[in-house]
Amino acid sequence: MNRFDYERADDVAQAIGLADRAMANAAESVGQARFLAGGTNLVDLMKEDVERPRTLIDINRLPLRAIEELPDGGLRLGALATNAETADHPVVRARYPVLSSAILSGATRQLRNAATNGGNLNQRTRCCYFYDTATPCNKRTPGAGCGALGGFTRMHAILGASEHCVATNPSDMAVALAVLDARVRVSGPQGERTIPLADYHRLPGDQPWRDNNLAAAELVTAVDLPPGDFSAHYTYLKLRDRLSYAFALVAVAVVLARDDAGRCTDVRIALGGVAHKPWRVPDAEALLRANAPDRALFEQVAARMLDGAVGLGDNDFKIELARRAIVRALEQAASGRPQSHTDKRIA
Amino acid sequence: MGSHTVLSRDADPGALPVTLEVNGAAVSLPVAPYVTLLDLLRERLQLTGTKKGCDHGQCGACTVLVDGKPINSCLKLAVTADGARVTTIEGLASNGRLDALQRAFIEHDAFQCGYCTPGQICSAAALVAEGIAFTRDEVREYMSGNLCRCGAYPNITDAVMDVLQRDALQQQPEPDT
Repeated sequence: MNRFDYERADDVAQAIGLADRAMANAAESVGQARFLAGGTNLVDLMKEDVERPRTLIDINRLPLRAIEELPDGGLRLGALATNAETADHPVVRARYPVLSSAILSGATRQLRNAATNGGNLNQRTRCCYFYDTATPCNKRTPGAGCGALGGFTRMHAILGASEHCVATNPSDMAVALAVLDARVRVSGPQGERTIPLADYHRLPGDQPWRDNNLAAAELVTAVDLPPGDFSAHYTYLKLRDRLSYAFALVAVAVVLARDDAGRCTDVRIALGGVAHKPWRVPDAEALLRANAPDRALFEQVAARMLDGAVGLGDNDFKIELARRAIVRALEQAASGRPQSHTDKRIA
Repeated sequence: MGSHTVLSRDADPGALPVTLEVNGAAVSLPVAPYVTLLDLLRERLQLTGTKKGCDHGQCGACTVLVDGKPINSCLKLAVTADGARVTTIEGLASNGRLDALQRAFIEHDAFQCGYCTPGQICSAAALVAEGIAFTRDEVREYMSGNLCRCGAYPNITDAVMDVLQRDALQQQPEPDT
Protein backbone atom coordinates (compact mmCIF):
# COMPACT_ATOMS: atom_id res chain seq x y z
CA MET A 1 0.00 0.00 0.00
CA ASN A 2 1.02 3.62 -0.41
CA ARG A 3 2.67 5.45 2.48
CA PHE A 4 0.35 7.83 4.31
CA ASP A 5 0.23 10.20 7.25
CA TYR A 6 -1.48 8.63 10.22
CA GLU A 7 -3.45 10.83 12.61
CA ARG A 8 -5.36 9.67 15.66
CA ALA A 9 -8.37 11.67 16.80
CA ASP A 10 -9.84 11.62 20.31
CA ASP A 11 -13.14 13.34 19.64
CA VAL A 12 -15.48 14.19 16.77
CA ALA A 13 -14.46 17.84 16.44
CA GLN A 14 -10.78 16.91 16.26
CA ALA A 15 -11.43 14.23 13.63
CA ILE A 16 -13.38 16.63 11.45
CA GLY A 17 -10.75 19.34 11.91
CA LEU A 18 -7.99 16.96 10.85
CA ALA A 19 -9.98 15.84 7.80
CA ASP A 20 -10.86 19.42 6.89
CA ARG A 21 -7.20 20.47 7.02
CA ALA A 22 -6.03 17.42 5.09
CA MET A 23 -8.62 18.10 2.37
CA ALA A 24 -7.79 21.81 2.21
CA ASN A 25 -4.09 21.10 1.86
CA ALA A 26 -4.60 18.55 -0.88
CA ALA A 27 -4.58 19.59 -4.52
CA GLU A 28 -7.62 17.43 -5.14
CA SER A 29 -9.95 16.40 -2.36
CA VAL A 30 -10.95 13.02 -3.83
CA GLY A 31 -9.16 10.30 -1.92
CA GLN A 32 -6.78 12.57 -0.09
CA ALA A 33 -7.97 11.91 3.46
CA ARG A 34 -9.94 9.00 4.81
CA PHE A 35 -11.40 8.22 8.21
CA LEU A 36 -10.23 4.80 9.43
CA ALA A 37 -12.55 2.72 11.61
CA GLY A 38 -12.58 -1.08 11.27
CA GLY A 39 -10.64 -0.85 8.03
CA THR A 40 -12.12 -4.03 6.58
CA ASN A 41 -12.87 -2.37 3.25
CA LEU A 42 -10.44 0.57 3.26
CA VAL A 43 -7.28 -1.35 4.23
CA ASP A 44 -8.12 -4.02 1.68
CA LEU A 45 -8.54 -1.40 -1.05
CA MET A 46 -5.27 0.24 -0.01
CA LYS A 47 -3.47 -3.09 -0.37
CA GLU A 48 -4.87 -3.28 -3.91
CA ASP A 49 -3.70 0.28 -4.64
CA VAL A 50 -7.32 1.22 -5.41
CA GLU A 51 -7.47 3.62 -2.48
CA ARG A 52 -4.35 5.75 -2.04
CA PRO A 53 -5.17 8.19 0.77
CA ARG A 54 -2.50 10.71 1.70
CA THR A 55 -3.84 10.86 5.25
CA LEU A 56 -5.62 8.32 7.42
CA ILE A 57 -7.49 9.69 10.40
CA ASP A 58 -8.00 6.94 12.97
CA ILE A 59 -11.40 7.51 14.59
CA ASN A 60 -11.47 4.35 16.69
CA ARG A 61 -11.07 6.30 19.94
CA LEU A 62 -14.07 8.53 19.33
CA PRO A 63 -16.90 7.96 21.84
CA LEU A 64 -19.32 6.65 19.20
CA ARG A 65 -19.58 3.00 20.21
CA ALA A 66 -22.81 3.04 22.22
CA ILE A 67 -26.15 1.56 21.18
CA GLU A 68 -28.76 3.41 23.21
CA GLU A 69 -32.50 3.84 23.37
CA LEU A 70 -33.81 7.30 22.52
CA PRO A 71 -36.45 9.23 24.46
CA ASP A 72 -38.89 8.89 21.55
CA GLY A 73 -38.63 5.09 21.70
CA GLY A 74 -36.16 4.78 18.83
CA LEU A 75 -32.69 3.31 18.96
CA ARG A 76 -29.39 5.07 18.26
CA LEU A 77 -26.66 2.89 16.75
CA GLY A 78 -23.26 4.44 17.33
CA ALA A 79 -21.15 4.77 14.22
CA LEU A 80 -18.34 2.81 15.88
CA ALA A 81 -20.50 0.01 17.26
CA THR A 82 -19.42 -3.04 15.32
CA ASN A 83 -21.76 -4.85 12.96
CA ALA A 84 -21.59 -7.89 15.30
CA GLU A 85 -22.47 -5.82 18.38
CA THR A 86 -25.39 -4.31 16.49
CA ALA A 87 -26.75 -7.62 15.18
CA ASP A 88 -26.43 -9.23 18.61
CA HIS A 89 -27.93 -6.30 20.56
CA PRO A 90 -31.04 -7.41 22.49
CA VAL A 91 -33.16 -4.41 21.39
CA VAL A 92 -32.16 -4.86 17.74
CA ARG A 93 -33.01 -8.56 17.94
CA ALA A 94 -36.33 -7.90 19.68
CA ARG A 95 -37.70 -4.91 17.77
CA TYR A 96 -35.68 -4.64 14.54
CA PRO A 97 -34.86 -8.29 13.70
CA VAL A 98 -34.70 -7.50 9.97
CA LEU A 99 -31.54 -5.54 10.73
CA SER A 100 -30.04 -8.32 12.79
CA SER A 101 -30.87 -10.84 10.07
CA ALA A 102 -29.42 -8.68 7.30
CA ILE A 103 -26.16 -8.01 9.14
CA LEU A 104 -25.71 -11.68 10.04
CA SER A 105 -26.24 -12.68 6.41
CA GLY A 106 -23.30 -10.53 5.35
CA ALA A 107 -19.54 -11.08 5.44
CA THR A 108 -18.10 -13.33 8.18
CA ARG A 109 -17.91 -13.32 11.96
CA GLN A 110 -14.36 -11.93 11.78
CA LEU A 111 -15.33 -9.09 9.45
CA ARG A 112 -18.49 -8.25 11.41
CA ASN A 113 -16.43 -8.07 14.61
CA ALA A 114 -14.18 -5.42 13.05
CA ALA A 115 -16.53 -3.59 10.68
CA THR A 116 -18.45 -0.68 12.18
CA ASN A 117 -21.88 0.71 11.38
CA GLY A 118 -20.43 3.92 9.94
CA GLY A 119 -17.89 1.93 7.96
CA ASN A 120 -20.55 -0.40 6.62
CA LEU A 121 -22.46 2.59 5.22
CA ASN A 122 -19.27 4.00 3.76
CA GLN A 123 -17.84 0.83 2.24
CA ARG A 124 -17.30 1.46 -1.44
CA THR A 125 -20.03 0.68 -3.93
CA ARG A 126 -17.98 -1.56 -6.16
CA CYS A 127 -17.48 -4.35 -8.64
CA CYS A 128 -14.57 -6.59 -9.61
CA TYR A 129 -13.40 -4.10 -12.25
CA PHE A 130 -13.14 -1.40 -9.57
CA TYR A 131 -10.67 -3.72 -7.82
CA ASP A 132 -8.76 -4.60 -10.98
CA THR A 133 -6.36 -1.73 -11.63
CA ALA A 134 -5.46 -3.25 -15.03
CA THR A 135 -8.92 -2.32 -16.33
CA PRO A 136 -10.51 1.13 -16.69
CA CYS A 137 -12.99 2.31 -14.05
CA ASN A 138 -14.81 5.63 -13.86
CA LYS A 139 -15.11 5.19 -10.10
CA ARG A 140 -11.34 4.90 -9.67
CA THR A 141 -10.34 7.38 -12.36
CA PRO A 142 -13.10 9.75 -13.49
CA GLY A 143 -13.43 9.63 -17.27
CA ALA A 144 -11.34 6.48 -17.71
CA GLY A 145 -14.26 4.35 -18.94
CA CYS A 146 -15.97 1.27 -17.54
CA GLY A 147 -14.36 -2.15 -17.73
CA ALA A 148 -17.57 -3.89 -16.71
CA LEU A 149 -19.53 -2.81 -19.78
CA GLY A 150 -18.78 -5.53 -22.30
CA GLY A 151 -17.15 -7.56 -19.53
CA PHE A 152 -18.37 -10.15 -17.05
CA THR A 153 -21.49 -8.74 -15.41
CA ARG A 154 -23.05 -11.47 -13.29
CA MET A 155 -22.89 -9.33 -10.12
CA HIS A 156 -23.84 -6.01 -11.71
CA ALA A 157 -26.79 -3.64 -11.51
CA ILE A 158 -30.14 -4.08 -13.23
CA LEU A 159 -31.66 -0.85 -11.90
CA GLY A 160 -30.52 2.77 -11.71
CA ALA A 161 -27.20 2.23 -13.48
CA SER A 162 -25.64 4.65 -15.95
CA GLU A 163 -23.31 4.40 -18.93
CA HIS A 164 -20.55 5.41 -16.50
CA CYS A 165 -21.02 2.73 -13.83
CA VAL A 166 -22.98 -0.49 -13.30
CA ALA A 167 -21.60 -1.45 -9.87
CA THR A 168 -23.83 -2.47 -6.96
CA ASN A 169 -23.66 -1.52 -3.31
CA PRO A 170 -22.92 -4.75 -1.42
CA SER A 171 -24.17 -3.73 2.04
CA ASP A 172 -26.85 -5.96 3.54
CA MET A 173 -27.14 -3.66 6.56
CA ALA A 174 -28.08 -0.69 4.38
CA VAL A 175 -30.93 -2.63 2.75
CA ALA A 176 -32.45 -3.36 6.17
CA LEU A 177 -31.88 0.24 7.28
CA ALA A 178 -33.75 1.34 4.16
CA VAL A 179 -36.95 -0.46 5.17
CA LEU A 180 -36.60 0.80 8.73
CA ASP A 181 -36.50 4.42 7.47
CA ALA A 182 -33.28 4.91 9.42
CA ARG A 183 -31.67 8.33 9.62
CA VAL A 184 -27.93 8.87 9.33
CA ARG A 185 -26.51 11.46 11.70
CA VAL A 186 -23.43 13.22 10.36
CA SER A 187 -21.15 15.92 11.69
CA GLY A 188 -18.93 18.13 9.57
CA PRO A 189 -17.19 21.49 9.30
CA GLN A 190 -20.60 23.14 8.76
CA GLY A 191 -22.18 21.45 11.80
CA GLU A 192 -24.51 18.53 12.25
CA ARG A 193 -27.25 17.23 9.99
CA THR A 194 -29.39 14.16 9.49
CA ILE A 195 -29.73 12.32 6.18
CA PRO A 196 -32.59 9.87 5.57
CA LEU A 197 -31.12 6.50 4.61
CA ALA A 198 -32.92 6.68 1.26
CA ASP A 199 -30.95 9.82 0.41
CA TYR A 200 -27.61 8.66 1.79
CA HIS A 201 -26.29 6.58 -1.09
CA ARG A 202 -26.31 7.83 -4.67
CA LEU A 203 -27.00 6.43 -8.10
CA PRO A 204 -23.90 6.61 -10.29
CA GLY A 205 -25.15 9.13 -12.87
CA ASP A 206 -22.17 10.96 -14.36
CA GLN A 207 -20.28 11.08 -11.03
CA PRO A 208 -19.89 7.38 -10.17
CA TRP A 209 -16.95 8.06 -7.86
CA ARG A 210 -19.43 9.59 -5.39
CA ASP A 211 -21.02 6.67 -3.53
CA ASN A 212 -22.94 8.81 -1.06
CA ASN A 213 -23.97 12.36 -0.28
CA LEU A 214 -21.47 13.08 2.49
CA ALA A 215 -19.68 16.38 2.01
CA ALA A 216 -15.91 16.68 2.36
CA ALA A 217 -14.73 16.02 5.94
CA GLU A 218 -18.21 14.97 7.08
CA LEU A 219 -18.27 12.06 9.51
CA VAL A 220 -21.10 9.63 10.28
CA THR A 221 -21.67 9.71 14.05
CA ALA A 222 -24.73 7.46 14.42
CA VAL A 223 -27.67 5.80 12.72
CA ASP A 224 -31.05 6.39 14.34
CA LEU A 225 -33.81 3.81 14.06
CA PRO A 226 -37.35 5.18 14.45
CA PRO A 227 -39.55 3.90 17.27
CA GLY A 228 -41.60 0.82 16.58
CA ASP A 229 -41.70 -2.93 16.83
CA PHE A 230 -40.98 -4.53 13.46
CA SER A 231 -40.74 -8.09 14.73
CA ALA A 232 -44.10 -9.58 13.71
CA HIS A 233 -43.80 -9.39 9.93
CA TYR A 234 -40.35 -9.14 8.40
CA THR A 235 -37.79 -11.04 6.38
CA TYR A 236 -34.35 -10.63 4.88
CA LEU A 237 -34.13 -12.98 1.93
CA LYS A 238 -30.65 -13.07 0.43
CA LEU A 239 -29.90 -15.13 -2.67
CA ARG A 240 -26.26 -15.70 -3.59
CA ASP A 241 -23.82 -18.03 -5.31
CA ARG A 242 -22.55 -19.53 -2.03
CA LEU A 243 -24.58 -20.22 1.12
CA SER A 244 -22.38 -17.98 3.26
CA TYR A 245 -19.83 -15.21 2.81
CA ALA A 246 -20.97 -14.04 -0.62
CA PHE A 247 -22.49 -10.82 -1.86
CA ALA A 248 -26.15 -10.93 -2.79
CA LEU A 249 -27.19 -11.58 -6.35
CA VAL A 250 -30.54 -10.30 -5.13
CA ALA A 251 -31.60 -9.51 -1.57
CA VAL A 252 -35.04 -8.42 -0.39
CA ALA A 253 -35.81 -6.78 2.95
CA VAL A 254 -39.45 -6.49 3.97
CA VAL A 255 -41.20 -5.12 7.03
CA LEU A 256 -44.95 -4.85 7.12
CA ALA A 257 -47.76 -4.31 9.59
CA ARG A 258 -51.25 -5.80 9.44
CA ASP A 259 -54.45 -4.66 11.15
CA ASP A 260 -56.93 -6.91 12.95
CA ALA A 261 -58.67 -7.67 9.66
CA GLY A 262 -55.34 -8.84 8.19
CA ARG A 263 -54.94 -5.89 5.83
CA CYS A 264 -51.51 -4.36 5.35
CA THR A 265 -51.29 -1.00 7.07
CA ASP A 266 -47.62 -0.38 6.39
CA VAL A 267 -45.39 -2.10 3.84
CA ARG A 268 -41.77 -1.37 3.06
CA ILE A 269 -39.62 -3.31 0.61
CA ALA A 270 -35.99 -2.75 -0.36
CA LEU A 271 -33.78 -4.63 -2.78
CA GLY A 272 -30.06 -5.21 -2.42
CA GLY A 273 -27.55 -6.40 -4.99
CA VAL A 274 -29.40 -4.79 -7.88
CA ALA A 275 -28.36 -1.12 -7.87
CA HIS A 276 -25.83 1.45 -6.72
CA LYS A 277 -27.96 1.89 -3.58
CA PRO A 278 -30.73 0.09 -1.69
CA TRP A 279 -33.71 0.11 -4.05
CA ARG A 280 -37.13 1.19 -2.81
CA VAL A 281 -40.19 1.99 -4.91
CA PRO A 282 -42.87 3.77 -2.83
CA ASP A 283 -45.47 3.38 -5.61
CA ALA A 284 -45.04 -0.38 -5.48
CA GLU A 285 -45.39 -0.46 -1.69
CA ALA A 286 -48.58 1.61 -1.97
CA LEU A 287 -50.22 -1.16 -4.02
CA LEU A 288 -50.34 -3.29 -0.88
CA ARG A 289 -51.45 -0.69 1.61
CA ALA A 290 -54.99 -1.19 2.91
CA ASN A 291 -55.20 -4.50 1.06
CA ALA A 292 -55.12 -8.07 2.28
CA PRO A 293 -51.83 -9.71 1.30
CA ASP A 294 -52.31 -12.05 -1.61
CA ARG A 295 -50.03 -13.63 -4.19
CA ALA A 296 -51.56 -11.87 -7.20
CA LEU A 297 -50.97 -8.55 -5.50
CA PHE A 298 -47.40 -9.54 -4.63
CA GLU A 299 -46.80 -10.24 -8.33
CA GLN A 300 -48.02 -6.73 -9.18
CA VAL A 301 -45.77 -5.23 -6.52
CA ALA A 302 -42.77 -7.13 -7.88
CA ALA A 303 -43.50 -6.01 -11.43
CA ARG A 304 -43.78 -2.39 -10.31
CA MET A 305 -40.55 -2.58 -8.30
CA LEU A 306 -38.70 -3.87 -11.35
CA ASP A 307 -40.08 -1.28 -13.75
CA GLY A 308 -37.18 -0.20 -15.95
CA ALA A 309 -34.89 -3.11 -14.99
CA VAL A 310 -32.29 -3.77 -17.67
CA GLY A 311 -29.87 -6.66 -17.88
CA LEU A 312 -26.35 -6.45 -19.26
CA GLY A 313 -26.24 -10.03 -20.54
CA ASP A 314 -24.67 -12.11 -17.78
CA ASN A 315 -27.02 -10.65 -15.20
CA ASP A 316 -30.28 -10.84 -17.20
CA PHE A 317 -31.37 -13.66 -14.88
CA LYS A 318 -31.41 -11.24 -11.96
CA ILE A 319 -34.60 -9.60 -13.23
CA GLU A 320 -36.60 -12.83 -13.01
CA LEU A 321 -34.76 -13.84 -9.82
CA ALA A 322 -35.64 -10.50 -8.23
CA ARG A 323 -39.27 -10.82 -9.29
CA ARG A 324 -39.58 -14.23 -7.64
CA ALA A 325 -37.57 -13.15 -4.59
CA ILE A 326 -39.86 -10.17 -3.96
CA VAL A 327 -42.96 -12.40 -4.09
CA ARG A 328 -41.34 -14.99 -1.81
CA ALA A 329 -40.12 -12.36 0.65
CA LEU A 330 -43.57 -10.80 0.85
CA GLU A 331 -45.06 -14.24 1.53
CA GLN A 332 -42.49 -14.85 4.27
CA ALA A 333 -43.12 -11.49 5.91
CA ALA A 334 -46.92 -11.62 5.63
CA SER A 335 -47.05 -15.09 7.16
CA GLY A 336 -44.59 -14.24 9.94
CA ARG A 337 -42.06 -16.84 8.78
CA PRO A 338 -38.81 -14.94 8.16
CA GLN A 339 -35.92 -16.51 6.26
CA SER A 340 -33.44 -18.31 8.51
CA HIS A 341 -29.75 -17.73 7.88
CA THR A 342 -28.58 -20.94 9.47
CA ASP A 343 -31.11 -23.23 7.84
CA LYS A 344 -30.45 -22.02 4.31
CA ARG A 345 -33.50 -23.60 2.74
CA ILE A 346 -35.80 -20.94 1.33
CA ALA A 347 -38.84 -20.93 3.59
CA MET B 1 5.95 -14.83 30.34
CA GLY B 2 7.21 -11.50 31.55
CA SER B 3 7.05 -8.09 29.97
CA HIS B 4 9.54 -7.31 27.23
CA THR B 5 10.26 -4.61 24.73
CA VAL B 6 11.09 -5.36 21.11
CA LEU B 7 13.27 -2.76 19.48
CA SER B 8 12.50 -1.63 15.96
CA ARG B 9 14.83 -3.21 13.43
CA ASP B 10 13.58 -1.16 10.53
CA ALA B 11 13.69 2.24 12.17
CA ASP B 12 10.83 4.05 10.48
CA PRO B 13 10.53 7.77 11.12
CA GLY B 14 6.74 7.44 11.09
CA ALA B 15 6.69 4.64 13.66
CA LEU B 16 4.39 5.02 16.65
CA PRO B 17 4.65 3.36 20.04
CA VAL B 18 2.26 0.41 20.32
CA THR B 19 1.57 -1.52 23.49
CA LEU B 20 -0.25 -4.83 23.35
CA GLU B 21 -0.94 -7.75 25.61
CA VAL B 22 -0.07 -10.75 23.47
CA ASN B 23 -0.89 -14.17 24.92
CA GLY B 24 -0.70 -12.72 28.41
CA ALA B 25 2.60 -10.89 27.96
CA ALA B 26 2.94 -7.12 27.69
CA VAL B 27 4.68 -6.04 24.49
CA SER B 28 5.76 -2.49 23.59
CA LEU B 29 7.37 -1.57 20.31
CA PRO B 30 7.46 1.15 17.67
CA VAL B 31 5.35 0.27 14.64
CA ALA B 32 4.98 2.00 11.29
CA PRO B 33 1.33 2.86 10.58
CA TYR B 34 1.10 0.68 7.46
CA VAL B 35 2.04 -2.51 9.35
CA THR B 36 -0.83 -4.93 9.87
CA LEU B 37 -1.36 -6.78 13.12
CA LEU B 38 -0.65 -9.98 11.17
CA ASP B 39 2.76 -8.79 10.01
CA LEU B 40 3.54 -7.47 13.49
CA LEU B 41 2.78 -10.86 15.04
CA ARG B 42 4.70 -12.86 12.46
CA GLU B 43 7.64 -10.64 11.54
CA ARG B 44 8.31 -8.69 14.72
CA LEU B 45 7.14 -11.04 17.49
CA GLN B 46 8.01 -14.28 15.68
CA LEU B 47 4.54 -15.66 16.42
CA THR B 48 4.35 -17.51 13.12
CA GLY B 49 1.49 -19.79 14.15
CA THR B 50 -0.88 -17.19 12.72
CA LYS B 51 -0.81 -17.65 8.96
CA LYS B 52 -0.95 -15.27 6.02
CA GLY B 53 -3.23 -16.81 3.39
CA CYS B 54 -4.93 -14.32 1.11
CA ASP B 55 -3.95 -11.16 3.04
CA HIS B 56 -7.36 -9.70 2.08
CA GLY B 57 -9.77 -10.93 4.74
CA GLN B 58 -11.17 -13.67 2.56
CA CYS B 59 -9.62 -16.88 3.89
CA GLY B 60 -9.46 -16.51 7.69
CA ALA B 61 -5.99 -18.07 8.06
CA CYS B 62 -4.91 -14.93 9.95
CA THR B 63 -7.74 -15.10 12.51
CA VAL B 64 -6.69 -14.04 16.01
CA LEU B 65 -8.69 -12.92 19.02
CA VAL B 66 -8.57 -9.20 19.81
CA ASP B 67 -10.17 -8.51 23.18
CA GLY B 68 -11.71 -11.95 22.88
CA LYS B 69 -13.27 -11.44 19.44
CA PRO B 70 -12.04 -13.20 16.30
CA ILE B 71 -10.91 -10.79 13.58
CA ASN B 72 -8.82 -10.92 10.41
CA SER B 73 -5.43 -9.68 11.60
CA CYS B 74 -4.43 -8.99 7.97
CA LEU B 75 -6.95 -6.12 7.74
CA LYS B 76 -6.15 -4.49 11.06
CA LEU B 77 -3.43 -1.88 11.13
CA ALA B 78 -1.38 -2.64 14.22
CA VAL B 79 -1.43 0.99 15.40
CA THR B 80 -5.21 0.71 15.76
CA ALA B 81 -4.77 -2.26 18.12
CA ASP B 82 -2.79 -0.19 20.66
CA GLY B 83 -3.90 -1.22 24.15
CA ALA B 84 -5.63 -4.40 22.97
CA ARG B 85 -5.40 -7.94 24.33
CA VAL B 86 -4.40 -10.30 21.53
CA THR B 87 -4.62 -14.09 21.66
CA THR B 88 -3.02 -16.20 18.96
CA ILE B 89 -2.86 -19.96 18.49
CA GLU B 90 0.32 -19.92 20.60
CA GLY B 91 -1.70 -18.59 23.53
CA LEU B 92 -4.27 -21.38 23.82
CA ALA B 93 -2.21 -24.11 25.43
CA SER B 94 -1.50 -23.78 29.13
CA ASN B 95 1.28 -25.37 31.17
CA GLY B 96 2.38 -27.36 28.16
CA ARG B 97 -1.06 -28.93 27.70
CA LEU B 98 -3.05 -28.31 24.51
CA ASP B 99 -6.50 -26.87 25.05
CA ALA B 100 -9.67 -28.87 24.43
CA LEU B 101 -10.12 -27.63 20.86
CA GLN B 102 -6.54 -28.36 19.89
CA ARG B 103 -6.90 -31.90 21.25
CA ALA B 104 -10.26 -32.34 19.48
CA PHE B 105 -8.76 -31.24 16.15
CA ILE B 106 -6.13 -33.94 16.55
CA GLU B 107 -8.63 -36.59 17.68
CA HIS B 108 -10.96 -35.86 14.76
CA ASP B 109 -8.22 -35.51 12.14
CA ALA B 110 -9.61 -32.04 11.44
CA PHE B 111 -6.88 -30.96 9.02
CA GLN B 112 -4.66 -32.18 6.25
CA CYS B 113 -2.05 -29.55 5.38
CA GLY B 114 -2.73 -27.60 8.57
CA TYR B 115 -2.31 -24.12 7.10
CA CYS B 116 -5.82 -22.96 7.99
CA THR B 117 -5.83 -24.73 11.35
CA PRO B 118 -4.60 -21.90 13.64
CA GLY B 119 -7.30 -19.61 12.26
CA GLN B 120 -9.93 -22.35 12.45
CA ILE B 121 -9.09 -23.01 16.10
CA CYS B 122 -9.08 -19.31 17.02
CA SER B 123 -12.54 -18.91 15.46
CA ALA B 124 -13.74 -22.06 17.20
CA ALA B 125 -12.39 -20.83 20.54
CA ALA B 126 -14.51 -17.69 20.23
CA LEU B 127 -17.51 -19.74 19.11
CA VAL B 128 -17.30 -21.92 22.21
CA ALA B 129 -16.73 -18.94 24.52
CA GLU B 130 -19.58 -16.87 23.07
CA GLY B 131 -22.14 -19.65 23.33
CA ILE B 132 -24.20 -18.55 20.33
CA ALA B 133 -23.74 -21.54 18.00
CA PHE B 134 -24.86 -25.03 18.94
CA THR B 135 -25.97 -27.00 15.89
CA ARG B 136 -23.78 -28.16 12.99
CA ASP B 137 -25.47 -25.59 10.73
CA GLU B 138 -24.79 -22.83 13.23
CA VAL B 139 -21.16 -23.89 13.63
CA ARG B 140 -20.67 -23.93 9.86
CA GLU B 141 -22.26 -20.50 9.49
CA TYR B 142 -20.21 -19.02 12.36
CA MET B 143 -17.00 -20.39 10.84
CA SER B 144 -17.72 -19.58 7.18
CA GLY B 145 -14.91 -17.03 7.27
CA ASN B 146 -12.32 -19.81 7.69
CA LEU B 147 -11.62 -21.57 4.40
CA CYS B 148 -10.02 -25.01 4.27
CA ARG B 149 -8.79 -25.80 0.78
CA CYS B 150 -8.09 -29.40 1.80
CA GLY B 151 -11.81 -29.67 2.46
CA ALA B 152 -11.59 -30.92 6.05
CA TYR B 153 -14.85 -29.19 6.95
CA PRO B 154 -16.76 -32.30 8.12
CA ASN B 155 -14.00 -33.21 10.58
CA ILE B 156 -13.52 -29.59 11.67
CA THR B 157 -17.24 -29.43 12.44
CA ASP B 158 -16.99 -32.77 14.28
CA ALA B 159 -14.15 -31.43 16.42
CA VAL B 160 -16.01 -28.24 17.33
CA MET B 161 -19.26 -30.11 18.04
CA ASP B 162 -17.36 -32.53 20.26
CA VAL B 163 -16.03 -29.69 22.41
CA LEU B 164 -19.41 -27.96 22.50
CA GLN B 165 -21.10 -31.16 23.65
CA ARG B 166 -18.48 -31.86 26.30
CA ASP B 167 -18.98 -28.28 27.55
CA ALA B 168 -22.73 -28.80 27.66
CA LEU B 169 -22.32 -32.04 29.66
CA GLN B 170 -20.07 -30.30 32.17
CA GLN B 171 -22.59 -27.53 32.64
CA GLN B 172 -25.47 -29.88 33.44
CA PRO B 173 -26.39 -29.83 37.13
CA GLU B 174 -25.32 -32.78 39.24
CA PRO B 175 -28.09 -35.38 39.42
CA ASP B 176 -29.76 -35.74 42.82
CA THR B 177 -28.44 -38.71 44.75
